[in-house]
Amino acid sequence: MKDDGLVLAGKTFRSRLIVGTGKYTTFPIMREALEKSGAEIVTVAVRRINISDRSRESLLDFIDTKRFMLLPNTAGCYCAEDAIRTAQLGREAGLSEWVKLEVIGDEKTLFPDTSALLEATRVLVRDGFVVLPYTNDDPIMARKLQDAGAAAVMPLGAPIGSGIGVQNPANIRIIRETVSVPLIVDAGVGTASDAAVAMELGCDGVLMNTAIACAQDPMAMAEAMNHAVRAGRLAFLAGRIPRKLYASASSPLEGISR
Amino acid sequence: MMHAMCAAMKLEINGEMRSVPASATIRELLENLEIKPDRIAVELNRRIIKSKDWHVTPVKEADRIEIVQFVGGG
Repeated sequence: MKDDGLVLAGKTFRSRLIVGTGKYTTFPIMREALEKSGAEIVTVAVRRINISDRSRESLLDFIDTKRFMLLPNTAGCYCAEDAIRTAQLGREAGLSEWVKLEVIGDEKTLFPDTSALLEATRVLVRDGFVVLPYTNDDPIMARKLQDAGAAAVMPLGAPIGSGIGVQNPANIRIIRETVSVPLIVDAGVGTASDAAVAMELGCDGVLMNTAIACAQDPMAMAEAMNHAVRAGRLAFLAGRIPRKLYASASSPLEGISR
Repeated sequence: MMHAMCAAMKLEINGEMRSVPASATIRELLENLEIKPDRIAVELNRRIIKSKDWHVTPVKEADRIEIVQFVGGG
């Protein structure tokens, strides 16, 4: 069975894994991990340039932008206005209309402020953006974001950086049945099986950062995630067997030599 | 970066008041600050200035400038 790839806003990507570029101990480690992940889309944040110290290395010296598409985020924005402004700055710097839209509601949980998210989505879609919103695992909000013109919906599997995996698989499945735009689990993945679970639920992709960047061996984890996302997708397409409480033998019951 | 012989001007850059070499335009300011004009965005008094307009956009004393770039993020 062949996976025909992730289609976002009419663009096809072979990889269904989107990876972040934050939290790596060094840029060379990040570069190698991005490579091993097989991802074609990488998220970046928009921040003020340090005017006093221009000596520091720049992130983009370590990302081949011909190979990886940059997806600016609006991380750290706590209201629609800030998120919209950051998206516009990201568009200017990145020369692309794509944005991973985040409007954070609370510092401790980093859960999204979904009413502000919806408002920002509407404004940015009107302004010509391809909006990929980070949202909670609420099917109603997912539908509202789709109706507002979001190019995908990206519910969290669990809090950002928590690494505890998809906490509400039932909601992810309901979102899958509720929206027709691509569904990407964004945040919460800790290890390969978590990514596979997300894909087996029928998601179109997975977005992660911490699970790879903060693993003891980020390169190895990136490779594991690459395989996990493919494995999960194939398992979803293959169609799993129903869960049963009791055994059913795999070997013939007849012809046993006694 | 700063030369004693060239006149200075005061601007608010990325939230801080700074004395910088007198610059007529955004492009000149970036040059004076030794900022590579690649993959960055510039705001002048809260309005984004497109890179194609940097060389014709004047800056004046006390203007508020934001200069942003991409950094690692999730």
